Amino acid sequence: MNEIQTERTKTSARAEPALVNVDGVTLQYKTPNHLVTATYRVSLDIHQTDRLVLLGPSGCGKSTLLKAIAGFLKPVEGSICLKGKPVDGPGPDRMMVFQEFDQLLPWKTVSANVRFPMSVNGVPRDEARARACDAIAKVNLAKFADAYPHMLSGGMKQRVAIARAMAMKPDVLLMDEPYAALDALTRRKMQDELLQLWQDVRFTLVFVTHSIEEAVVIGSRIVVLSPHPGQVRAELNSALAQSDRDAPPFQQLTSRISHMLFDGEAISQERRPAP
Amino acid sequence: MTDTSTMLAPTRPEFERKVTAPVGLGDVAKPLSFAERLGANAAFRRGVILVLLAFAWELYARWLASPLTFPTFLETLQALRDGIASGVIPQRLAVTLQTLVAGYALGLAIAALFTTAAVTTRIGTDLLSTFTAMFNPLPAIALLPLALLWFGLGRPSLIFVIVHSVLWAVALNMHSGFLSVSETLRMAGRTFGLRGMGFVFKILVPAAFPAILAGLKIGWAFAWRTLIAAELVFGVSSGQGGLGWFIFENRNTLDTASVFAGLLTVMAVGLVVEGVIFRFLEARTIRRWGMQSG
Repeated sequence: MNEIQTERTKTSARAEPALVNVDGVTLQYKTPNHLVTATYRVSLDIHQTDRLVLLGPSGCGKSTLLKAIAGFLKPVEGSICLKGKPVDGPGPDRMMVFQEFDQLLPWKTVSANVRFPMSVNGVPRDEARARACDAIAKVNLAKFADAYPHMLSGGMKQRVAIARAMAMKPDVLLMDEPYAALDALTRRKMQDELLQLWQDVRFTLVFVTHSIEEAVVIGSRIVVLSPHPGQVRAELNSALAQSDRDAPPFQQLTSRISHMLFDGEAISQERRPAP
Repeated sequence: MTDTSTMLAPTRPEFERKVTAPVGLGDVAKPLSFAERLGANAAFRRGVILVLLAFAWELYARWLASPLTFPTFLETLQALRDGIASGVIPQRLAVTLQTLVAGYALGLAIAALFTTAAVTTRIGTDLLSTFTAMFNPLPAIALLPLALLWFGLGRPSLIFVIVHSVLWAVALNMHSGFLSVSETLRMAGRTFGLRGMGFVFKILVPAAFPAILAGLKIGWAFAWRTLIAAELVFGVSSGQGGLGWFIFENRNTLDTASVFAGLLTVMAVGLVVEGVIFRFLEARTIRRWGMQSG
């Protein structure tokens, strides 16, 4: 951490090495009948304190790319490096929050769930307890520390999952459509809370979503992916917040992105030769 | 039929109002009456059924008046009390339970080995599914003649048939339990850096616990029935018979009340294990974790 900071003072922000390098990554996975190419030669850099959003329609390989960064999938071509070292298998330096609510261990209380990854990775008991307490308080669940997951609502379960990942202090926090299964009101509240949390802690976030609005609100950098197979269509900056939803720049950015996603589709349909 | 396509709902004025607390509704949550709570208590309802059954038994047996074929409820209780007081039933029960625990533990250990092999390797999966398909339908008691040939008259033969009755049911349940652990939970465990045995014991076993517990229950029921049946067939091992032998012995001396007492003991043990031990395990684990309701 200190090293990076001193380096930042020495050199300009541009020359600072990225935290995660995704370089020309092609990903493929097998279904019973097909070999599917999920992404094709995707390159992107993720820097410290980035809120990078992978945005695209279904079939653009955004979740697959996230899983590859997490280490569940090996690239067929290209490389993924964390702090200059190639990613080899999943590990606690890249904690992941999933879309499904069943990512919590049902046999452990909220607080035990948050402490579990730390105890697996040899964080001393007292420190783990303190960090868990802190993380649970940060997601506003202090009252529910001793509850079991089945007693919580969907939104609360996702908060626990976020607290569990944060308490581990990973280099990068990976979130795979974490709010997709929540109702619209809860989802907006959770987005605000995540941004507040980022204001407090300044972690590095990679966030997958298929909602343009969510991408614009959450992301500081938005990677737009095109489908079949996933390729980088654009990288955009966003400095817009929830409160800007009605403002013209928000509308402009969302319509610019939706043009990218939907017009491209129309063009490729036109280009297709007539049968 | 009227044409609705040109019709529009009437335009009504908008309004907003303040919501106030309801008045005169009383408490939002009211406690139930004693009778209502008693009726909702499953143990009470089942107790009533047992009392009625005992009453019907007593009446029927008195009407039949044939203690040699069908003793009354009270005579059976008397025989049970005598058997317990003389120390015969407890001693027979102890012999049976010792054999049972030994066989059950051995069966579980082998099942755990099998399942671990099945989860980690493909040949293990094939072995397990072939063996369970072959041996699961085979009643354990059918192996008793063979067991007697191999291990002689005695405890090893009994343990052999118990192991056979426990092993396949438990292994099958454990394996399907492991397979049904959700992909998300597996991936979560792996992002924590868990691998190998740590992954199995910290993620797979607790996540599959409902299925494992179901396997343990089925295994127990199989083992208990098989053991009593096997004891009925020969039972005496080095001068010490079990509960099954107790039943058989008393039938030979036409002490039918004691036969009934032995059967009641068999049922009582089954009830205690199911209703107390396994229920306690369930309440402390899967019910508390919300993996099973009710």
